[in-house]
Amino acid sequence: MNEIKENLENQEELSEDMKVLDELTSTEYKWGFVTEIESETAPKGLNEDVIRLISSKKNEPEWMTEWRLKAFRYWQKMEEPHWPNVNYPPIDYQDISYYSAPKQKPQLNSLDEVDPELLKTFEKLGIPLNEQKLLTGVAVDAVFDSVSVTTTFKETLKEKGIIFCSISEAIQEHPDLVKKYLGSVVPYTDNYFAALNSAVFSDGSFVFIPKGVRCPMELSTYFRINAQETGQFERTLIIAEESSYVSYLEGCTAPIRDNNQLHAAVVELVALDDAEIKYSTVQNWYPGDKEGKGGIYNFVTKRGACRGKNSKISWTQVETGSAITWKYPSCILQGDNSIGEFYSVAVTNNLQQADTGTKMIHLGKNTRSTIISKGISAGRSNNSYRGLVKIGKNAEGARNFTQCDSMLMSDQCGAHTFPYIEVENESAKVEHEATTSKVGADQLFYLNQRGIATEDAVNMIVNGFCKEVFNELPMEFAVEAQKLLAISLEGSVG
Amino acid sequence: MLVIKNLHANIEGKEILKGIDLEIKAGEVHAIMGPNGSGKSTLANVLAGNEGYEITGGEIIFEGKNLLELDPEDRAREGVFLAFQYPVEIPGVSNATFLKTAINEVRKYHNQPELTPKEFLDLMKEKSKILGMEEALISRSVNVGFSGGEKKRNEIFQLLMLNPKFALLDETDSGLDIDALKIVSNGVNIFKAKDKAVLVVTHYQRLLNYIQPDFVHVLYKGKIIKSGGKELALELEDKGYDWIKPELVESEIV
Ligand SMILES: Nc1ncnc2c1ncn2[C@@H]1O[C@H](COP(=O)(O)OP(=O)(O)O)[C@@H](O)[C@H]1O
Ligand SMILES: [Mg+2]
Repeated sequence: MNEIKENLENQEELSEDMKVLDELTSTEYKWGFVTEIESETAPKGLNEDVIRLISSKKNEPEWMTEWRLKAFRYWQKMEEPHWPNVNYPPIDYQDISYYSAPKQKPQLNSLDEVDPELLKTFEKLGIPLNEQKLLTGVAVDAVFDSVSVTTTFKETLKEKGIIFCSISEAIQEHPDLVKKYLGSVVPYTDNYFAALNSAVFSDGSFVFIPKGVRCPMELSTYFRINAQETGQFERTLIIAEESSYVSYLEGCTAPIRDNNQLHAAVVELVALDDAEIKYSTVQNWYPGDKEGKGGIYNFVTKRGACRGKNSKISWTQVETGSAITWKYPSCILQGDNSIGEFYSVAVTNNLQQADTGTKMIHLGKNTRSTIISKGISAGRSNNSYRGLVKIGKNAEGARNFTQCDSMLMSDQCGAHTFPYIEVENESAKVEHEATTSKVGADQLFYLNQRGIATEDAVNMIVNGFCKEVFNELPMEFAVEAQKLLAISLEGSVG
Repeated sequence: MLVIKNLHANIEGKEILKGIDLEIKAGEVHAIMGPNGSGKSTLANVLAGNEGYEITGGEIIFEGKNLLELDPEDRAREGVFLAFQYPVEIPGVSNATFLKTAINEVRKYHNQPELTPKEFLDLMKEKSKILGMEEALISRSVNVGFSGGEKKRNEIFQLLMLNPKFALLDETDSGLDIDALKIVSNGVNIFKAKDKAVLVVTHYQRLLNYIQPDFVHVLYKGKIIKSGGKELALELEDKGYDWIKPELVESEIV
């Protein structure tokens, strides 16, 4: 009772400024349109027949079908986990369709053969697939519902021996690589959603950078959920051989739907000796409306293995969308002197919930990891950082630095930090710093007093707060991320 | 330029300003002095439009406009500048980004084109030299890790960059050593002009040796209890405030 009263009083205390801003919160999700396109969608429900159907639609070899079935049988024996700090009604896994594909010719030889509606969709999303129109220096794989629509700049990359294609294509064309690495970082036994993904994954990207090659352009995948009541289960696998380098970007959006849609992806990264992988995500799945209706459940397993000595994996993520985000991009630092990095901005507004963070598992000697997490909560949302730093007993000289900052934009939102530290080697150094701040009335007044209006002032303060993370993103994407942040938080101070 | 009539203001239900009358003309420098807690910062904040204060009566007319009807950002764009007693820190936002945004917002308001990057840079160079600001300070986040003195210097740097009509300086001298005080005062004197006005808030007279006021007012318990020329400041320095406090003056008469 007392709590409720306090809350009401707090609400009354909102200054005029903030009320005006609150009204502005109604900004609509701008990527919420639906593409009218003929699709082939599997009936709802999950059983071995559905898995065989997916596998046969994709013309998969027998070993792949078997792998999926093993994963499915394992999944059936598992229980959905409920330890994250998020709440949602039970998911009915039999009420989801696990495959939806736009009807089109099975083999695409050039962009001219792609359904123009699809091309238009990606143009509208700001991702032109026409190579002439693309940002030079970015190759794109576009995934629409369950299938990869097209991959650009394939030929340019091929000259360097780089493989960048959909995972379905890789299963056909490069089965040895797929067999060797698929499930080697995230086995299907890993967790409930990884097992589900292994059974039903639809599409995703495959990247292979051969020994000694620096990938000359950013590789990018754009995921779009379109169909209703389908889940999206992408699978991404990136392999960087010795002394190679690649920077990979992923973006995602979905139409506005009243029901929740499940997105359970798995991403696996493998870096061999002296290789470096930079993986950046700008996640903007539909977050649901102001009352929390609809939105994507984003339950994702992302993990990188620094297998070789001196290898490096950096995760950078800007999470603004989804009704619920639940992901911990992690690094297994196996090789001596290997480096893991995690830079994250997670924004929650209205009734969004996010439980996100990372795991840094130090196994090799002199392994180093850095974690910079910026959580921004607005509205009545809930934002949790959850991170594990584990130093194994052979990880002589391992070091970790963790900085977790939370910013509160209202009196009704929550920010939580759950750091777990396990150290089995005495020589390790683990540092953890955490701060919580509020966008202060005094900061806003200071900027107002210099002629900057409140919304711009909020953006300025929030962007400043996220700067260390934005600095890690490739230029154009940093600009995108800033805009996205502004839109997600429009009018949310209160 | 500025006319304040019978201004009353509360903070958290407590009346702090109890009827202020003040007129400041273009070209003039006024000083408001008074002991701690007398309401000097309150007056400065109310003029600048801080919404933490409630106006319960009176008027503020600035260049013919009713200031009380304007948002703080519009007051700033109209030419009211407050050099804060306690400048806040904005982590991750560089001084340069912040100032560029501010200047261009003001220009937009007056239908002027944005400054080109070169114009902006030249302006920065010119003004930072006056304040003896190192380039490092300019590229750093707004006020983050600045010493007290550097923060005050940064306020006057912003004053020169934005070049408003009316500058309100709230205890700009506090925390400054004598060299810094000279530099900062010099900045303010450069700002001074026929078409500008300055209101200096301080409780020490030492700043007024460098920024010569045309008028000095004593604020005490939310009221201006005495006004005079610059010699009043010297008198206050000598004798303190007691001799003009109304309750003490009255008790002497009795
Ligand atoms: N945020 C606040 N809450 C409550 N009282 C305040 C607040 N700010 C100032 N005051 C009170 O208002 C009076 C005037 O303060 P101020 O204007 O800062 O005085 P000055 O600048 O002359 O030292 C003081 O009694 C002070 O305690
Ligand atoms: Mg004061």
